[in-house]
Parts: sequence; structure tokens; C-alpha cells
Amino acid sequence: MSATTSDATAATPSSAPSAGRKDLRRSLRDAERRAEQLHSGRSGYWFILPFAVVFLVFLVWPIIYGIWMSLTDRTLIGTSPGFVGLANFIEAFGDAQVWQTLWQTVLFTLGSTIPLILVAMVMALLVFTGLPGQWLWRFAFFASFLLPVAVVTQIWAWMYQPDLGLFNTWLGALGIDPVGWLTDPNWAMIAIIAATVWWTVGFNFLLYLAALQAIPEHLYEAAAIDGAGAWRRLFSITIPQLGRTTWLVLALQLLASLKVFDQIYLLTAGGPNGSTRSILLYIYDTGFVNYRLGYASAISYIFFALIVILSLTRFFGGRKEA
Amino acid sequence: MATESLVLPEVATRRAIRRADNQRSTRLLLGSSTTARTLAMLALVLMTVVWLLPFVWAIITSFKTETDAASAATLWPASGWSLQAYINVLTKGDLPVWMLNSVITAVLVTVITLVVSAMAGYAFSRTMFRGRRIAFAITVASIMVPGQILIVPLFQQMLTFRMVDTYAGIILPQVVAPVMVFILKKFFDAIPQELLDAARVDGAGPWRTFSTIVVPLSKSILVAVAIFTFISAWNNFLWPFIVVSDSSLMTIPVGIATVTETYGLQYARTMASALLAALPLLVVFMLFQRQIVRGVATTGLGGQ
Repeated sequence: MSATTSDATAATPSSAPSAGRKDLRRSLRDAERRAEQLHSGRSGYWFILPFAVVFLVFLVWPIIYGIWMSLTDRTLIGTSPGFVGLANFIEAFGDAQVWQTLWQTVLFTLGSTIPLILVAMVMALLVFTGLPGQWLWRFAFFASFLLPVAVVTQIWAWMYQPDLGLFNTWLGALGIDPVGWLTDPNWAMIAIIAATVWWTVGFNFLLYLAALQAIPEHLYEAAAIDGAGAWRRLFSITIPQLGRTTWLVLALQLLASLKVFDQIYLLTAGGPNGSTRSILLYIYDTGFVNYRLGYASAISYIFFALIVILSLTRFFGGRKEA
Repeated sequence: MATESLVLPEVATRRAIRRADNQRSTRLLLGSSTTARTLAMLALVLMTVVWLLPFVWAIITSFKTETDAASAATLWPASGWSLQAYINVLTKGDLPVWMLNSVITAVLVTVITLVVSAMAGYAFSRTMFRGRRIAFAITVASIMVPGQILIVPLFQQMLTFRMVDTYAGIILPQVVAPVMVFILKKFFDAIPQELLDAARVDGAGPWRTFSTIVVPLSKSILVAVAIFTFISAWNNFLWPFIVVSDSSLMTIPVGIATVTETYGLQYARTMASALLAALPLLVVFMLFQRQIVRGVATTGLGGQ
């Protein structure tokens, strides 16, 4: 946690005017130095120490240790792991399972992200109209987000039940043949996505609601004076004003959906025929079912690299936009 | 009594303001046409029904007898309401133990995360230790690391530390929250330096400045961070699932997911456990609705 650069000069706050006059800049620097003297000393180290310890032990160390593991043929039982170099990575790139589970992860991500944005936006727009019953709407749309994943999957597995479940009973009442929601490879991913949208849309809904409340009112007043109708106001003011939030929700959602594990594991365990297996499920199976810890680590880091690349694109994209 | 009379008018005004806001946004977004209002209301009711339906279905199932639950999918219980599922779940089986484990681990994760992150946020915001900038850059960069990819090396580490099947094994890896440090640091940055200098001049050391000035001023963000940490710790599935195999140490999500399978086809019982597991967070939501909504707004948008 120590660095060679001197922070005394490097720590100028960004709020300092860059084009200020020389004396102003000097007086600012003096003030800074005074503040620094007030708060200097070693207290900073004591304040950072607890975080530094847990950060190094439970985050940095596993990252480094995982890289080492990915270069070995370590198994859960074996005592002396052999160094195999990049063999795990080479194997992973040629492993059809890696590509298939990665593709299914992308399918899940696209299939869940789009409704999770659209539904959340519609919900927020409807609630923001100020119609009576605010507390109820908010509760209804957000409450499911608070449920533990095991509860969500219990409820949905019960509704998807082939013989007794709610959906097939209703379909039966309409004279439609029962659907194997979680057992038919054509439906399983859709069923998981539906449960996921129901479960997590509440968070995006709240983000949109907060963004709607921040839209300056005079925009609407001006539009109303100009005689813009409700649809016009929606498409020319409201939705454009939500642009920043939509980018944020999109970025958060993509990163969250790529990491899908819990609900798939609990609803289908990756089946039927591996048709819903995501990359994290494959990592889990490789490491904790087949005990190939080294190989599982290697796949983890390939996946991690993809996420980092995606995050960086978002970061640079975000910079351009701002 | 004295506090009530102070608080009540404030609540009343706040309500009045909110009502005025609602009316204004209705007028601005929907216009004054009754058709638009009616259509919006219908859409709202429809979506609410869809979103509440799984809850309702689960609640009704949990109050059925097992035979009713397993025999027909009709909504209403044929042979009357029954509390048997709840009684079974609370008296036989591990559910109360899991509930206790969840309370213990989620509370400890929340408290430790809050203390550790607030101290670090203060150090990054208001102290000038050497290496501050690079340490902060590393912290921010680490927000990108998805915890899920670390399960394999972390599990190996837990084996080495002999923390598999212990509370410490469940709790400690969850207290590393660089994103919370980042959020708190940004909030602390906005506290006027004059306040801290004044405390300093009065002879307060950095610890006193932190605990008597910074912490009280940051109550709102600390509550938001605490609520979110608690929710995610309570709901965390993957890590406790991996590090615990002893049923008496499982948290609620893990216990329900792994052990109820052995109940076989006891739907009423399964639904009763699921609802009991969800209850604490629903209560938290009802108590802290305002803070949660504001927390999503500030922490969700603060990170952009």
C-alpha cells in the first residue's frame, strides 16, 4: 500500500480551477498545504488498515492464487499440483463446452436485458404519472427484488410444475397442451428469463423512478405551452431525458446478466441437455463436481478477461458520451 | 408528546408536498384527458396483478393442506385453510436454525463492512497518507472483479485457513466491498473542510473528528449502505452454498435450496419456508422504503 510518488503535490483536488491566475493558484496551494498539515500524520494508515487487510487477504490474494492455480493441474483431492503452463488455457479455447456455455450466457444476457430495461421503464413511467396508490405500485414492483433467490426459484418451479403448476393449468383450461417449461430445451431458457425479469426488474424500476423525478419540470411546462400532446412529451422530453439512466441500467444489467448462476442452478441445474448451462455453471461443475480446480480457474480467468474488456468499452464509451 | 407535535406537522407538510407533486406530474405527463388516465390506471393495475400473482399463489399454497396442494391446481383450497405447513416448518426441520444463521451472518457482514468501508472512505477522502492515490485507484479498479470468478481459489484458501463450515468462512469474504468504499468516499468528499478544521482547532484528533463529525453527518448514506449490504448478505446464495455443507450452519437461501429437495413433493411446506425466508426483508422494506428508494437513486447513480 505504499507508493513512490509524492502525494503532497499529486493530491491537488480536481476542483481547483485549471485556468486560474497564478496568485490564486498559489493561495489555493497554500490552503491545501495547511489542510494537509492539519490532517497529515499517520492516521490515514490506521483508517485504511482494516480495509487493506480484508482487501489483500480475501480479494487480491485469491486473484493471484487463482492465476497460479490456472497454471497447474490441481484437483480438489490431489496434494501436489503439477505445473502445466498454459495447457489449461489452450484446452479451454478448444473446449466446445466453453463456447457453448458462453453462447448460452450471451443468449440469456440479451434475452433478459431487453425486457429488464423496457419493463422497468414502462413501470416507472406509469407509477410516475402520480395516479393514486403509489405505495402499492412501488411495493408490487420492487418487493420481488428483495426475495432470496432460493425463494424465487421455489415459487417459480412450483408455477412451472408440469402437472399441477399454475401455467399449465391455465393452458389446460384454454385447451392448450401442457408445456414442459423447465424440461423442454426450447422453453427452459425462456422460463428462466421470465422468472429473472420478475425477480430483478424492481431495481431498474427504482433507478428509472429516481431519474424521472430529476427531470426539470420547466421542460414539460414549456412543452405544454407549445401545445405538445402527451405522446409528444413522452417521446420528445421524457425518454430522451432518461438517456443517461438507460445507459447506466444497460451497463449494470449486461455485467450482472453475464454472471448468471443462482437461478439457473436452482431451476434447471443447466439442463435439459445442458441447454441452459451458463459459463459460471460450467466453471462450478468443472471445479466442484469434477474437481478440476486448475482447469476451472483457467476458464474463470478467460471469462474475467471478457468482462474486463466489456467494462473498458463501456468506460470509454461513457467518457465519450459525457 | 413533545416530539410528536414537532414531527407531525412536518409529516403533514411533506405529504401535502408529495400530493401536489403527484398532481403536477399527472397533469404534465398524462394531460387532463380522462381516457389517458384511465388507460394508464388499467395498465398499472394489470402489471401489478401480474407481479403480485406469484406471491399470492405462494401464500395460498402455503395455507393449503398437503393433499390439496398436491392434488389440484385450483387457486382456492378445497378442504379449507390450514396452518399445518407453518407449524411443521417451524417445529420440525432446520428452518429456525437457518433463520438464526442468516441473522447472525447478515448482521455481522453489515456491521463489519460498514465500519471497514467507512474508515477506508474517510482515509481516502480526508487524510493524506503516502500512496493514497494509487491505493484508491486499485480499490476502484477492483470494483470490476466479479466475486463469482474467485470461488475456486477462495474455496482453496478457506480449506487452508480451516474456515470451511464456519461462520468466519461465510462472513469474511463478504466484507470486502470496494464499491461501498467508493460511494462513501464520494459522500465524505462533499463535507465542508471548514467543519473538520473547526473540530481540529478545538483539539479533536482524527478519530474524534471521524466519529463525532463525519459519521453523524453521513447518516443517510451509511443507512443506505447498511441496508444494501444487509439485503445482499441475506440473499447471497453462491458463496455460503460453496463454503458450508453442514446443515446446522446453512443460511436460509442455502438451506431451502438444498435441503427442501429431500422433503419431496411437499408443496405447502416448501412455500411456507419460502415465505418465512422472505418475510424479514419485506419487513425491512416496509420500514425503510424511503431510504431504500433514495439509496438506489444515490448509490446506483453515484457510481456512474
